Amino acid sequence: MSVQYGPDLQRWYRYWITFSTLLQKEVMRFSRIWVQTILPSAITTTLYFVIFGRLIGDRIGSMDGFPYMDFIVPGLALMAVITNAYSNVVSSFYSSKFSRYVEELLVSPAPAWVILAGYVAGGVARGVTVGIVVMLVAMFFTDVSPHSWPITLLVFVLTALLFALGGFINAVFANSFDDISIVPTFVLAPLTYLGGVFYSIDLLPDVWQWLSLLNPVLYMVNAFRYGLLGTTDIPLLMAFVIIVLFIGVFAVVSLRLLERGVGIKQ
Amino acid sequence: MHALAVEQLRKVYRSGFEALKGVDLSVEEGDFFALLGPNGAGKSTLIGIVTSLVNKTAGRVAVFGHDLDREPEAVKASLGVVPQEFNFNLFLPVEEVVVNQAGYFGIPRREARRRAEFFLKKLDLWERRRSEMRLLSGGMKRRLMIARALVHRPKLLILDEPTAGVDIEIRRAMWDYLRELNAEGTTIILTTHYLEEAESLCRNIAMIDQGRISAVAETQTLLAGLDIETFVLNLTAPLAGAPGLDGFTLTQLDDTTLEAQLHRGQSLNDLFAALRSVGIEVASMRNKQNRLEQLFLEMVDRGRGAAAAQAA
Repeated sequence: MSVQYGPDLQRWYRYWITFSTLLQKEVMRFSRIWVQTILPSAITTTLYFVIFGRLIGDRIGSMDGFPYMDFIVPGLALMAVITNAYSNVVSSFYSSKFSRYVEELLVSPAPAWVILAGYVAGGVARGVTVGIVVMLVAMFFTDVSPHSWPITLLVFVLTALLFALGGFINAVFANSFDDISIVPTFVLAPLTYLGGVFYSIDLLPDVWQWLSLLNPVLYMVNAFRYGLLGTTDIPLLMAFVIIVLFIGVFAVVSLRLLERGVGIKQ
Repeated sequence: MHALAVEQLRKVYRSGFEALKGVDLSVEEGDFFALLGPNGAGKSTLIGIVTSLVNKTAGRVAVFGHDLDREPEAVKASLGVVPQEFNFNLFLPVEEVVVNQAGYFGIPRREARRRAEFFLKKLDLWERRRSEMRLLSGGMKRRLMIARALVHRPKLLILDEPTAGVDIEIRRAMWDYLRELNAEGTTIILTTHYLEEAESLCRNIAMIDQGRISAVAETQTLLAGLDIETFVLNLTAPLAGAPGLDGFTLTQLDDTTLEAQLHRGQSLNDLFAALRSVGIEVASMRNKQNRLEQLFLEMVDRGRGAAAAQAA
């Protein structure tokens, strides 16, 4: 018997199954290779805490009224979220393009937005998982506990969502495995390091402060810092507006690319 | 009802190459249909468009009455496709490939596992269900592509060179299974380079060359239209040279072997009688060329000749 299609409820149930199949596949993928996907961030963050927090941080003193090690916790956690959400989608979708098994999805009745949602949810799952691991490491080194749980969790998820979409767009345009490392190296890393992870922008000269405001990562780091520590360089509402705006633009672009089959259909 | 209806389908690739130049084609529900053509004729492009893997430039595609542009989900739900090239995640276990595909078609996990077991057993892959894809042989991968294409029980199954690189025994088993599916009501369209495959399996055939359909007919009608058939005759005694027989073209291949061409209307009995009249006895005989292959070459030559004349 063929699958029956027609009534809305049935169609939405079918979309849900497609989405959950994709999400499950993505979670299995990064769980199976956890040594390559989850462990590295835990090790890197431990090193950051030992070197910047304990060895150098003690000489820096306080930042915005917090011990330096506490101050860098939000930025380090968010850095891990950004990197992992992005790289999960870019590598997974590019691999499916390269080995052509993206065709399994293209021949299926799943609409483009369900396919996009499945891949992006996989990226969010990895970003949030690694973010939690980093926070557990941070709790070992510091006494930080969230100032506001809802804001902490919301920024975690929204940031992962934004960069998972970014990873998808990168994968669509990538023509080789080299292309999927260009953006993380030349765009993501500078944006993250200059996004106020390690310092407050109040320390910068006016021109650099103004330039920093063009960096979307700054808004995420500060919103997350507010969630964890209760302090921020940027008004919270503005931070959320900017994050949601970027998510909207990236989502529309990703969907259009997938619907038109850019990079995957001739 | 037409299982597939294609009207004025055109495809121009970004390079400017026009792969399809206004193809019209219809396949009846329940048919076992072959799409034949030389490399680069447009077969895979046509299949790619029907299965949503290639964007069309112009024209219309409908599957069981559902228009591909207006009702893509209904079209895709009716279709199963076995592509020419392997397109797997090589690191996934066999069973997961089939179960995931069912999930993409909206089949719940438990039912997906049940169907995966059914089709993997049917295609003799159940014992390898936990093997990663990269560890399978070429023949196993081909069979897995069929299992994957069938897991949502499509009404129309499209196979692009399904038995390429598969040994004879497995090929025969696959043929049997395809016949069984067709008998159960699945419409099947296949492209193949093994013309014997098309002759053996398909009731109707379309020939495509240089982006155009050059002929569509019943397999038997096409074969009946053959002008020439070539036979290789093994003789009981050696010959000094090929005998001249009125109405027959004979070529000597070696001391005891002759090649004979029979035109339409000539019978093998006439040939044997003529040979016997000059003292030549035939010990055994075989058809030199697959009949469909011969027909195909004739049609391609005719089509290209006409195109060249038109261009001149």
